[in-house]
Amino acid sequence: MSHDFTKLFELIVSASLINNFVFTRFLGLCIFFGVSKKMETAVGMSITFISVMMISAAVSWVIFNLVLVPLEITFLQIIVFIGVIAGLVQLSDTIMRKVSPGLYYKLGIYLALISTNCIILAVPLINAEEKYTFIQSLAFGLGSGLGFALALIIMASIREKLELADVPAPFKGLPMAFVITGLIALAFTGFSGLITL
Amino acid sequence: MSSHSTVSLKDQILNGIIKENTIFKLALSLCPSIAVTNSLKNGIFMGGAVLFVQVMVNMTISLMRNVIHPKVRLPIFMLVISGWVTVTQMLMAALAPDVNAKVGLYVALIVAFASILARAEMFASKNRLLPSMADGLGMGIGFLFALTTISFFRELVGKGSLTVPTGLATDHVFTFINTRPVLLMILPAGGFFAVGILMAGFNWINARAAAKAAAKAKAALATH
Repeated sequence: MSHDFTKLFELIVSASLINNFVFTRFLGLCIFFGVSKKMETAVGMSITFISVMMISAAVSWVIFNLVLVPLEITFLQIIVFIGVIAGLVQLSDTIMRKVSPGLYYKLGIYLALISTNCIILAVPLINAEEKYTFIQSLAFGLGSGLGFALALIIMASIREKLELADVPAPFKGLPMAFVITGLIALAFTGFSGLITL
Repeated sequence: MSSHSTVSLKDQILNGIIKENTIFKLALSLCPSIAVTNSLKNGIFMGGAVLFVQVMVNMTISLMRNVIHPKVRLPIFMLVISGWVTVTQMLMAALAPDVNAKVGLYVALIVAFASILARAEMFASKNRLLPSMADGLGMGIGFLFALTTISFFRELVGKGSLTVPTGLATDHVFTFINTRPVLLMILPAGGFFAVGILMAGFNWINARAAAKAAAKAKAALATH
């Protein structure tokens, strides 16, 4: 049992730091550059992301392994996963609006953005490809979510400072953000080889 | 079909390549622009996949535009897109398995491209078959162009070579620099640098062109 726990811990660390979605897998970049301008939005987005990611990892694991695999229609995985995610986002949107309007007011807009995001779709796809167990899929979802949150928060804190910096005119805005992301990615390269799964 | 419509078709194609270039101008669908551009071959194949999906989706939506009820249009668009993406992925796995091993995940993620859904919603659902096809062709070629530029730059600087595909499963590697290349450029971090620098280059060229145009307008005004 303890062996299993170390394995899960390794999975979380590897998904969040070594194979960080933003810096080494390059997923979710549109959202990453879109919401990292302010710390407040970055934190809101991170919270929404981690929860949606874990829920969608769980639900799509169940559907994939209990419906698609027995029926041998795994080639439909893209269509099914997109449907599951869109449905889930819509559902949590409705529930949040009823149960906690305050939270909805703060995070609702991110929820709408999430359904067309590649990270959320990538988690079930990778889970299916690596044939993770249910618990492993959850751990992978959590780790990826944490990694994305970390990336967003680092980036937001740098970009808030960058507002005051004197950037050459052609580099203003997005190009500079790209170069900075490159620098952070370079730092994250240092994590590679930390754990060999 | 008069000569007028052929001109507009050409304009539509050019619009996607230059004016509304997905990556350099709209800064959408950035993920594959970095993920798969560490060799020219991967960049070209990924761009080709996007081109194919964009054209097919635009054509399908355009043909179905009178049948789709406006209230359920978005789920139907998603269904059409994921259908074509599945077709692309299967074609790629069958025809070019070695490329598929590297870019397969990103091909599957074409589903989540904002640009494809946006073209279906804004253009194909309101226009006839031919203009929609031209629009898809333009946007797709623009994307292919951006990916090719980035991967050309990265592979040349990072490895000192260029991998040019000569067929679906064959390619030819041209080596230009035999001394130590800048390895950083093919590392993950280098992708961000490359896109940042190329974007800044695009901005610089645009700013110069705009300044030139402004100066010309001013001079014209002065002579009048």
